[in-house]
Amino acid sequence: MVIIGVALLAGCYLAGMLIGDLLGIGLGVDANVGGVGFAMVLLVLVADRLRRRGVLPPVTEQGVLFWSAMYIPIVVAMAASQNVVSAVSGGPAALVAGVLAVLAGLALVPVLARIGERPEPLPPLTDEEKEQVA
Amino acid sequence: MMDTVTALLEKNGLVFAFLVVGALMVVSNYASAKLTRGRLQGSAIAIIVGLLLAYLGGRYAGGEQGLADVAVFAGLGVMGGAMLRDFAIVSTAYGVDLAEIKKGGATGVLSIVLGVFVSAIVGAGVAAAFGYTDAVSMATIGGGAATYIVGPVTGTALGASSEVIALSVAAGLIKAVIVMVGTPLLAPLIGLNNSKSAMAYGGLMGTTSGVAGGLAATDKRLVPYGAMTATFYTGMGCLLVPSVFYFVLRGIFG
Repeated sequence: MVIIGVALLAGCYLAGMLIGDLLGIGLGVDANVGGVGFAMVLLVLVADRLRRRGVLPPVTEQGVLFWSAMYIPIVVAMAASQNVVSAVSGGPAALVAGVLAVLAGLALVPVLARIGERPEPLPPLTDEEKEQVA
Repeated sequence: MMDTVTALLEKNGLVFAFLVVGALMVVSNYASAKLTRGRLQGSAIAIIVGLLLAYLGGRYAGGEQGLADVAVFAGLGVMGGAMLRDFAIVSTAYGVDLAEIKKGGATGVLSIVLGVFVSAIVGAGVAAAFGYTDAVSMATIGGGAATYIVGPVTGTALGASSEVIALSVAAGLIKAVIVMVGTPLLAPLIGLNNSKSAMAYGGLMGTTSGVAGGLAATDKRLVPYGAMTATFYTGMGCLLVPSVFYFVLRGIFG
């Protein structure tokens, strides 16, 4: 059933968020520390376990894959509900701080990616995958 | 008639948002194929158009949620709100290779700590250059240069003025917008085409909305890796900036 996949996702999401909230309280920070990240790891582990036991039929997977396919549209909706006016009206100090912070981060990406094994680029998208992404 | 339609759309906001975003995606994909010959992805165009609409909506309605502050488009705020966004981000982890994450683990952790401090130092430096030379304002604007959540959390904790807090939020928003729009353009220059550099990227940039949008517009398969590190960033920033970073600033600048 599709709903089982959705419920699996929901369970991992809530459990991960709970871990993030508790970690925040433990560290004395007023924020969720990595809740989404914990939820992602949980989903990967649980799905892997279920798949090996053979109790993850394709229909159930559809419940998770639907949301994964909705990701880009959701991000577009997120972009449309950002406080862009306030970002633009912050004046030169905000602009310079934002731009320089991005540039500094960008410059460090190749440096950090070089640590350890040299990474292989992902294979080019197949036409079928392109279809799904679009 | 018009009133009836408006009332219907307001009552069914989320469903209307699906229709609006769907139409936007169709137009963007068409523009991507015809105008840029596929060079700029449809999703990148859709995100840029979304940001423009957010600006116009914010100008028109004067709220904090862009186009979602216009009553008929309120559903966009639900669809693009933190709950569904994070839910969808988690779903992208499905099918992620755990071995890839382990391979990039050390890079990921290092990138988060480095990302928080580099952003905060840059932000504090810019603050000082614009005349905000006290440690509290510098730490707050530095936090804003990390993300628009770390800024106000730091400012509130340290008792910064509301002007400085607003400035820190603006800096964080600018960062999110630039990352969303700029990632697909800059990806080839910094080798952003594999899971490991995506993890480094998420940790260095930190802004979840920026990274989520930017990587989606670059290559959707990179999203889970970047998102995973980015989501630890804000928490780490809220932990380090008002404490360690502030004490260092106070030690240097009094």
